[in-house]
Amino acid sequence: MAGWHYLDHAATTPVRPEVIAAMLPVLSDGYGNPSGAHALARQARAVLDLAREQLVAVVGGAPGDVVFTGGGTEADNLAVRGVLGARGGLAVCSAIEHHAVLEPVLATGGRVVGVDRRGIIDLDALADALDPEVTLVSVMLVNNEVGTIQPLDAVAEVVHAHAPNAVLHTDAAQALCWLDVREHAASADLVTLAAHKCGGPKGTGALLVRSGVELQPLLLGGGQERERRSGTQDVAGAVALATAATAAATEREALVARTSGWRDGLVDAVLAEVPGAVESAAADGDRSHLVPGIANLCLPAVDSEALLFLLEQDHHVLASAGSSCASGAQEPSHVLAALGVPRSVATGSLRLSLGWSTSAADLDAATAGVLDVAVRLRTHARDGAPA
Amino acid sequence: MTARAERVLVAMSGGVDSSVAAALLVEAGHEVVGATLKLWGGDSDSGCCSVSDVDDARSVARRLGIEHHVFNFGDDFDEHVVAPYVADHAAGRTPNPCIECNRHLKFDRLLRRAEALGFEAVATGHHARIAEHADGTRRVARGADPAKDQSYVVHVLDAAALARVRFPVGHLTKAEVRIEAARLGLATADKPDSQDVCFITATGGRAAFLGPRIATKPGRVVNADGETVGSVAAVELVTIGQRRGLGLQGGADPAYVVDVDVPGARVTVGSEADLLVGSVDLQDLTWVGGPIAGGLLAQTSAHGIARPCSIVGTTVVFSPPSRRVASGQSVVLYVGDEVVAGGIVA
Repeated sequence: MAGWHYLDHAATTPVRPEVIAAMLPVLSDGYGNPSGAHALARQARAVLDLAREQLVAVVGGAPGDVVFTGGGTEADNLAVRGVLGARGGLAVCSAIEHHAVLEPVLATGGRVVGVDRRGIIDLDALADALDPEVTLVSVMLVNNEVGTIQPLDAVAEVVHAHAPNAVLHTDAAQALCWLDVREHAASADLVTLAAHKCGGPKGTGALLVRSGVELQPLLLGGGQERERRSGTQDVAGAVALATAATAAATEREALVARTSGWRDGLVDAVLAEVPGAVESAAADGDRSHLVPGIANLCLPAVDSEALLFLLEQDHHVLASAGSSCASGAQEPSHVLAALGVPRSVATGSLRLSLGWSTSAADLDAATAGVLDVAVRLRTHARDGAPA
Repeated sequence: MTARAERVLVAMSGGVDSSVAAALLVEAGHEVVGATLKLWGGDSDSGCCSVSDVDDARSVARRLGIEHHVFNFGDDFDEHVVAPYVADHAAGRTPNPCIECNRHLKFDRLLRRAEALGFEAVATGHHARIAEHADGTRRVARGADPAKDQSYVVHVLDAAALARVRFPVGHLTKAEVRIEAARLGLATADKPDSQDVCFITATGGRAAFLGPRIATKPGRVVNADGETVGSVAAVELVTIGQRRGLGLQGGADPAYVVDVDVPGARVTVGSEADLLVGSVDLQDLTWVGGPIAGGLLAQTSAHGIARPCSIVGTTVVFSPPSRRVASGQSVVLYVGDEVVAGGIVA
C-alpha cells in the first residue's frame, strides 16, 4: 500500500515512530496488571501514573483527573451518560458534535443548538436552550469535518449564566495537533481525548474529569480509574496517548506554520480553477476560525463518491467526504447540513485533512488530483448524464 | 459476453447470484470491481442494503481478490422508487418498485457512475440474458432458469444500456449458481433468495409501510349490481384480483376484486370470470427496436405466465381474454424468449 498520498488525518493518523517505540517495551516486558501488588504490577502502575502525569502536562489538570478509556467515543459517552446518570437532568450539545456526543444526547432526550455558516455555535440559541434543569453542555473544541474552533470560554460564560447546575464537556479529539488544549479547554469540566487523531493508535483515549464533577461509570467491575472506568488498564495504550499528545504539542507550532500555507494553497487553487466550488465553512474567504489541518470543499455537480474513487485510483490521494456509516457508504453530513449547506451542494463535499506525516508532495498531488478529477467529472453531471 | 477482457463494475447485493456473477467475470479474466448499492435506509427484512449484506458482499470480494466499494444512492432511491410507490398507492395504482429501481438506479444511475469511473460495463446477478442479433441489435432475453427468470423486471434496458450491461449468471439455473458458489467457496452459497420488495417488511407488509405515509380511507365493497357486500379499511391498499380482507359474508361464491375506485372509495368484486378482460390500455409503450406487428406474448407480473396478444396503438389485445391487470403494473411483451417492448398499465 505504499505510494499513497494520505490526506485523511481527521479520520485517523499514522502512528508516530516514537509512539510505537514507547509502546513496545510495555507490550513485551511491562505486562504487569497495574492493580496488582508484585514487582511487575508495581512497575506497570508506575508506567501508567507516569503516562497520566505526562498527559496532563500537555492538556492541563491534575493526574487524578485522567480517566483512560478505550477511545474517544467511550470518553464522550462517559461524559454525557456519566453526568446524567449521576445528576439527572438534561444534556445540551451543538448540532455539529461528533455522533459519539450527538447520539447519547439525543438518546437521553437532550437539546441540540444550531451553528452559523462558519460552524460556530449560536450563543443566543444556546442561552435559550439552557435552564436550571440542564446538567451537561457539550461543545466540541475543533470540528472533525470542517475544522471550526469553538469559542469555548464564551460558551462557558453563557452556560454559567443560564444553566447554573451544568458542567461543560468538550470533545477535544481533533484539537491536540492544532491548539494548546491546556489553554483552549481550560473552561471545560470534562475533556475528551483520542490517541489516533494525533499520532497514536486506535482504541485508546481519555476523559479528563476535573475534581468535583460527579460521574456515574458506564462500566462496573474492579473499580479502576478511581471507580470511574472499570477494566484492567491498557497500559501500552495509555503510554501511547501520552506520548502522542506530547509529540503533537511539541511539534504544534511548526505543524501549524507548515500546513496553513498548504491548506490555503490547495483551497485557493480549487476555488480559482473550479467554477462554483465553495469552501464549506468559509464561504466568505475568512478562515480565522478554522484549524489549518482541515480543508472542506463542496464541488458543484460532482458526487463525493465518484470524486474519492478517482482521486484514489488515478492520483493515489486518500481523502474522505462527510462521515461514513457502518456499511462504508458515504452518508449526507449532519455537520454541513447544520452549516446551512444545501444537500444538493453537500453531495459534492470533499475533506482533505493534514497532519504530522503530510508532505509538500502530498499537497501537490492532492491539488493536481482534485483539479483533474473535478474537471473530468464536471463533464458528467452527477456521474455521467449529459450536462 | 465478449471474449475481450473488460473493466467491469459488478453490483454486489450480498446475495448468491451477484456473488457468482462477480466470480465468473474474474475467472474469465476481466478486471472486476465490486460495488454494493446502499438504497434504502429504513426497516428491511428481505435482504437488501443491510450492513450484514454489505459484509457478505465484502467477504465475497475479498475471497475473489477484487476491490469492493459501497455507493450510497439513497436519495435517488427515495426520489425515483419510494416516493412514486407511495404516490401511486395514494392514487389507487399498484406500482412495481423493483422495475423502477432497475430503471432509475441499477441501469441508469449506476451505469452513469460506472461510466464516470471509467468502467466499460456493469454486471448484475439478474437471471436474464442479452441476445445479440446479426444486425447488431440487442434485446433482453429470458434467463436459463424458467423459475428464476427476471427478464420482466430488467426489461427497461434501452439500446445504450443493453450494450454495456452484463448478466453473467443468466445462462445458469439457480441450482447451477449455487453449485458454482459452493465450488468457489463463497460465503453466500447457501444464502436464501431475497423475497419481495426490499423496503416492505414481511411482518408489517404494505400496510405498515404505507400507513404512516398516505392518508388511507375506508371503502365500500360492492358487487356487480352495486349492492354493498363488504368493506375495506384502506381502499388504497386493495389490488385487482385480491380475494381476502374484503369483509365479505362467508358461504358466498369466491369473489375477486375486479375494480378499485379510490376517489369513490369503492371496491367492486365479481366472479373469476369477471376478472377476465379482452384488452388493457398502457399509458406508455416503449419498443426496444421498432414496433412489431402480429402475435406477441404479454407478461403482466414478475413470475406470471406470458399470454398471447397483439398490440393496437398502446392497447394490449389478449386472445383469449386474460386476467385484469392493476393500473400501475408493468406489461412486458416478448417474441419468443426476447423482450421487445414494455409499458405501464394506464
